[in-house]
Order: sequence, then C-alpha cells, then structure tokens
Amino acid sequence: MEVVAIFVSAILVNNFVLYYFLGICPFLGVSKKIDSALSMGLAVTFVMTITSVVSWAINNWILIPNELDYLKIVSFILVIASLVQLVEMFIRKVSPPLYQALGIYLPLITTNCAIMGLALLAALREYGFVEAVVFGVGSGLGFTLAIILMAGIREQLDLADVPEPLKGAGIALIVAGIMALGFMAFIGMIR
Amino acid sequence: MSTRSIGQEFTKGLWDENPVFRQLLGLCPTLAVTGWVINGLAMGLATTFVLIFSSLVISSIKKLIPSQVRIATFIVVIASFVTIADLFLKAFFYPISEALGPYVPLIVVNCIILGRQEAFSSKNSVGRSFIDALGMSSGFILALLVLSSIREILGAGTFFGYQVMGHWFKPWIIMILPPGAFLALGILLGMALHIESKTKSRK
Repeated sequence: MEVVAIFVSAILVNNFVLYYFLGICPFLGVSKKIDSALSMGLAVTFVMTITSVVSWAINNWILIPNELDYLKIVSFILVIASLVQLVEMFIRKVSPPLYQALGIYLPLITTNCAIMGLALLAALREYGFVEAVVFGVGSGLGFTLAIILMAGIREQLDLADVPEPLKGAGIALIVAGIMALGFMAFIGMIR
Repeated sequence: MSTRSIGQEFTKGLWDENPVFRQLLGLCPTLAVTGWVINGLAMGLATTFVLIFSSLVISSIKKLIPSQVRIATFIVVIASFVTIADLFLKAFFYPISEALGPYVPLIVVNCIILGRQEAFSSKNSVGRSFIDALGMSSGFILALLVLSSIREILGAGTFFGYQVMGHWFKPWIIMILPPGAFLALGILLGMALHIESKTKSRK
C-alpha cells in the first residue's frame, strides 16, 4: 500500500514541477510542441529511474556505512552528470531522430534540478530500495504528465490574444499556476 | 574580455541582465522558497556566498583548467561551497535549514552559478569576476525579495513575520501555496518586460 501511495503522490499530489518547482527550465523551454515535450518527458523519466537506483546504492552502500554523508552533494552531482553523458551517447547511437528532437536539452538534464532533487529527496526520506525506484518512476511520469499538459495548452495559446509583455514566459508561468491550482485538488487523495 | 567599467559590471546584474527577470535563470529556487521573506532572504544569501566564492576560485585557476573538463571542474568547485553553506546553515540556523529543506543542496544545480562561471569567470580577471558575482547575486536577492514580499504580504498579511495588514484583510492563502508562486512570477515577468519596452521607446 505504502508503495502505491508513493507512486500516486509522486505523479499527482506532490508533482515535481507543480509542487516542488523542480525542473522548471525544461518545463518552460521544451513545452512548445507536444511531441518534443513527450520525448523530453520520457528522457527525464528514463534518467530519473536510473538515478534513483544509482543514488540509492551510493547513499546506502558507500556514503552511510563510511560516514561520508557530507560528500552527498558532490558525489550525487558527479554521478548524475556522468549518467546523463552515458544516456546521451546511448540515444545518439540508438535513435538519431530522437537525439535530433531533444537537441540541446539532453545535456541540460545534468543541471536539471529535478534529477538532483529526486536523489536528495529520496535520501532525505530514507526510502528503501523498492520505494526509491517507485518514487523515481512516479516522479518522472509526473514530470511527463505536467510537461505534456503544458505543451497542449501552449499549442492552443499560440492562437490566443495574449497581451504583448506577457507573451512567452509570462503567460506560461500563469498557465502553470492555474495548472498547479487544479493539481491541488488531488491533495485529499493521499493520507 | 569585458569592456565595461567596474561600475557597469556591478549594475548590469541588477536590471539589464537580472538573472531572474531578464535571463530566466534560477527559477526553481525563486519559485520554491519565496513563500516567506525570511526564507527568500536566506536562500539569496546562501546563493550569494556560493556564487562569489566559486567565481573567485574559478577565475584564479582558469588557466589551469583544461577546456574539455571545465564543466566538471566548475561543478566540483560549486558543490564544495554548497556543502559548506549547507553544513553552516544546519549548524547555526537550524530552523531556516529545515524550512528550506532540499533547496539548499539544490543550489548546486542553480543555473545562475554555473552560467556565470562559464560565461564570465572563466574568461575574466579575479577582480572583475568578483564584481560580476556580487552584481548577479544582488540581482538575485532583489528578485527573491520582491517576489517573497508580494507573496507573504498578500498570502499571510505579514512581512518578515510582522503583521502589516489590518484585521480587515483576509489573507489570500493561495499566494503562499505553490500556485501563487507561478502566478506572481508570471505577472512580475510581464511587468518587467512592459517597463523595459516603455523605457526603450522613450530613448
């Protein structure tokens, strides 16, 4: 039951973008078209799943037994940076069209706070292995859901008459705010 | 090499190249910690510490860093200072450290800091990098203070924890909750662009 609660809450209630404000840069940057938003979401989900496994292993097998807790920030960011490099090489080899579509945003996942936030939150809450992986997958899917919804709205928004200064990031943030309002309705679902 | 005077190097961070309002960098912490002014200020000061010291270190060792591994080097330097800031807050300001939660360690992925190393400190002298870091962090603190003041005053009727609105005021609780952050920043960005276009057309 616990695991189901973590999964649902990571997608809907404590959505990474709309509740924790993690991953705002790709959320605003890659949400102009639904298909590129989908590939960004899947790339993030993929990296998040691997990160949750690797960071759990590092935290529980290396850092905690050796009392190296203060190295957590340095080791997490290095592992994430090299992981993203690997994923980038893998996608370039396996699927050049996908690599083209993601463009410059794939390297940017390195400094995507969502990935680092995932590792830190999982460590902070002292999740077990299964919980950490479920949390990783759920958070990735939550990010994908948010960015696809956003892209859908922004495609319509191109046709709307938006006041000049709000065009671009301004209206995107206001739309995100209204989405966050909607997502708050899920709060009663858990606990 | 930058051709600006030292004064311009500082003031560009406040408005022309303000990291939040103009460059849209560092939005995650900007949105996340600005529910209360005290949290926004603490986050701004912690980021200032990390940015200034990383800029000093990077600009002094810039000739020693091979360009292939420069990003990794920047990240290690930044992560070290973030660890210091995190441990310092935990030791001396525990309640604030609790309130900011994972957002203190997350300074390490704040794009403002990495961006300044890549765009400025790795190409300019130590002195200029220091001034640049100071200006950028002041701009960041300014943005955090503006946003958190709006959110705290409207959302709770208080400022720095002191009651500023009369009893007639019914707090807009939504403003200190996540949606308020998005709405307030969206409108602020629109206003910043509006002011910018007004001053441009006057010139």
